[in-house]
Amino acid sequence: MVEMVSRPYAAAFEKFAAGKPEILCLSADLTSSCEIDGFRDRHPEQFLSMGMAEQNMLSFAGGLGLAGFRPFIHTFGVFMYRRPYDQLMASIAYPRRKVRLMGFLPGVTTPGGMTHQSIEDISVMRSIPNMTILETGDATEVDSICEAADSIDGPVWCRVLRGSVPRLFDTPIKVGEMRVLSEGTDILVVSSGISTEEAMRARSALAKAGLSIRHIHLHTIKPFDHKQLLDHIGSVKHGVVTLENHVTEGGVGSLVAETMADAGIGKRLVRLGLKDTYAHGGSRAYLMRYYGLDALALVGGIEDLMGARFGITEDDLATARVDDVHSLVKAEAL
Amino acid sequence: MQNERTTEDVALGLRRRVFEHTIRNNGGYLSQACSAAEQLAWLYNEELKLGDPTLPMIPKPFEGVPAPTNPGYHTGAGYNGPAAPEYDRLFIAPAHYALVAYATLIEVGRMAPEGLEMFNKDGSSVEMIGAEHSPGMEVHNGTLGIGLSTGAGLAYGRKLRGEPGRTWVFMSDGEVQEGQTWEAVAAAQFHGIDNLCAIMDVNDQQCDGAMDSVMEVGDIRAKFIEFGATCVEIDGHDIQAMRDAAKEPHDGKPLIILARTSPYQTMPILEERFPRLHYVRFKSPDERARFNTSIAADLGVDPVEYAH
Repeated sequence: MVEMVSRPYAAAFEKFAAGKPEILCLSADLTSSCEIDGFRDRHPEQFLSMGMAEQNMLSFAGGLGLAGFRPFIHTFGVFMYRRPYDQLMASIAYPRRKVRLMGFLPGVTTPGGMTHQSIEDISVMRSIPNMTILETGDATEVDSICEAADSIDGPVWCRVLRGSVPRLFDTPIKVGEMRVLSEGTDILVVSSGISTEEAMRARSALAKAGLSIRHIHLHTIKPFDHKQLLDHIGSVKHGVVTLENHVTEGGVGSLVAETMADAGIGKRLVRLGLKDTYAHGGSRAYLMRYYGLDALALVGGIEDLMGARFGITEDDLATARVDDVHSLVKAEAL
Repeated sequence: MQNERTTEDVALGLRRRVFEHTIRNNGGYLSQACSAAEQLAWLYNEELKLGDPTLPMIPKPFEGVPAPTNPGYHTGAGYNGPAAPEYDRLFIAPAHYALVAYATLIEVGRMAPEGLEMFNKDGSSVEMIGAEHSPGMEVHNGTLGIGLSTGAGLAYGRKLRGEPGRTWVFMSDGEVQEGQTWEAVAAAQFHGIDNLCAIMDVNDQQCDGAMDSVMEVGDIRAKFIEFGATCVEIDGHDIQAMRDAAKEPHDGKPLIILARTSPYQTMPILEERFPRLHYVRFKSPDERARFNTSIAADLGVDPVEYAH
């Protein structure tokens, strides 16, 4: 049974930031939703309420960076790059300000629908010079995201999980590395964020079907260790399947495709994720099934790559974690 | 290095430089020199507390954008002196005023006249739209409306550190059409950022023409006060009025000085170009010659000699 951790970011941020006067906590009216309400109450001298005014917040954070501070901006990911993209570019990314952009509700982790789901943020951030991209996939990565982000000499985009988060790993994020979760020789599975838990659910059923899976998990998406990925691709016979909580254009699937194309690798690649579509509002489990982001979708992708059916059904997959989107550990329904 | 010359003399000098540059290059941001000369001259010659320049009088060429692979990167802020706690900082929010700002740097002895010869030349750091690495610039402001927010963030950070230096933002009135300007004022008021000051060139002009014809903005002084700033409206060509306005008490609030100006100040022939004053490019050799003769007489210099 997977351990579930309640609000890991709340404790992690407070432990990291408290007593460091050069760290400032900025919020745009989503303070409890980003689990920093306790920090606000206990460390008001390090907290700035910036109101529902993201354009100002991003340029203001750039000014704080210029003054030598390291602001951590907290809001839902979508609100931090769609409207204030110009400010993100001119005030933060270009001058390499040490601003840490803590983007909550990545992809389909919210029932809030199109306006709340950041489904193309990795694509956007990958194309911004000077930007570093980190993504959390479990409670241990959430525990260590603040230290990891603050180790970067420049701006950092973080996809942060909130609420009830499973603990899958026992070592903190080491920026620039990738986690090797299994070392099979048939197919390489590359996943990130919440997709990794899904890929892990499929592991035993795929093994029973006689497939040897090599599985790597990415918490560092930019900068990226292309050589290490190529070594893993070279270790499998058949090809690569990527699974991501994001559109397949510009995200992890594109990252892997570019790496393979640049190196002239002729193996098959199946990219799973949101396929040139917006999502809509619903539970995470429903959305992951509907849009093909879950363990069963991964099995289907591997079947496509192998040109064979393995007869794996939902019953064969490890028990799905059931989320109650209205449970107490979530700050609100959104 | 302040007050070696009168501010009136600095304003006249920078207008002469922008005029000469515009005639020679058959175009330039000439109207901005008409409206803003006194404001920039006053800031650099009197109001700002700045140290000696830290960068060479003749600007270095473009040396690359900020990147992990460019460790020697620096901004053009060194022309305003070091970023020490006791000194003021200045952002030029409308970065297309760069030509006027560069001319001011020359007039106050912070940049060599050769710097203006590099204006908008390939490989030069003296860019047409002032970039971070351009002389006198510290942040990118070419996207209008972000300057006051960045200034507010810097001012807040400096306040937290107990630095006595102020952060000044030179603004343009078109920026009040951007929502971010109002977000910035609200935030500065809410967080008591009173080490933030702005002077705005209210020339009533924008790229498409007169502001009232593009989008009316109403009583911006009343709006700024309502949003939480201390706001003083003055004649932007009256230097004594600027001195007085800067003394306006603004405890707990940012100070915004609205400098009402004429886009033709000292160069009345420019009115012929109304309502397209944003960038003056001469339409014919005859027009160029007439402007040359007329403005030279207005500014008390000989007409500019240029290649026909």
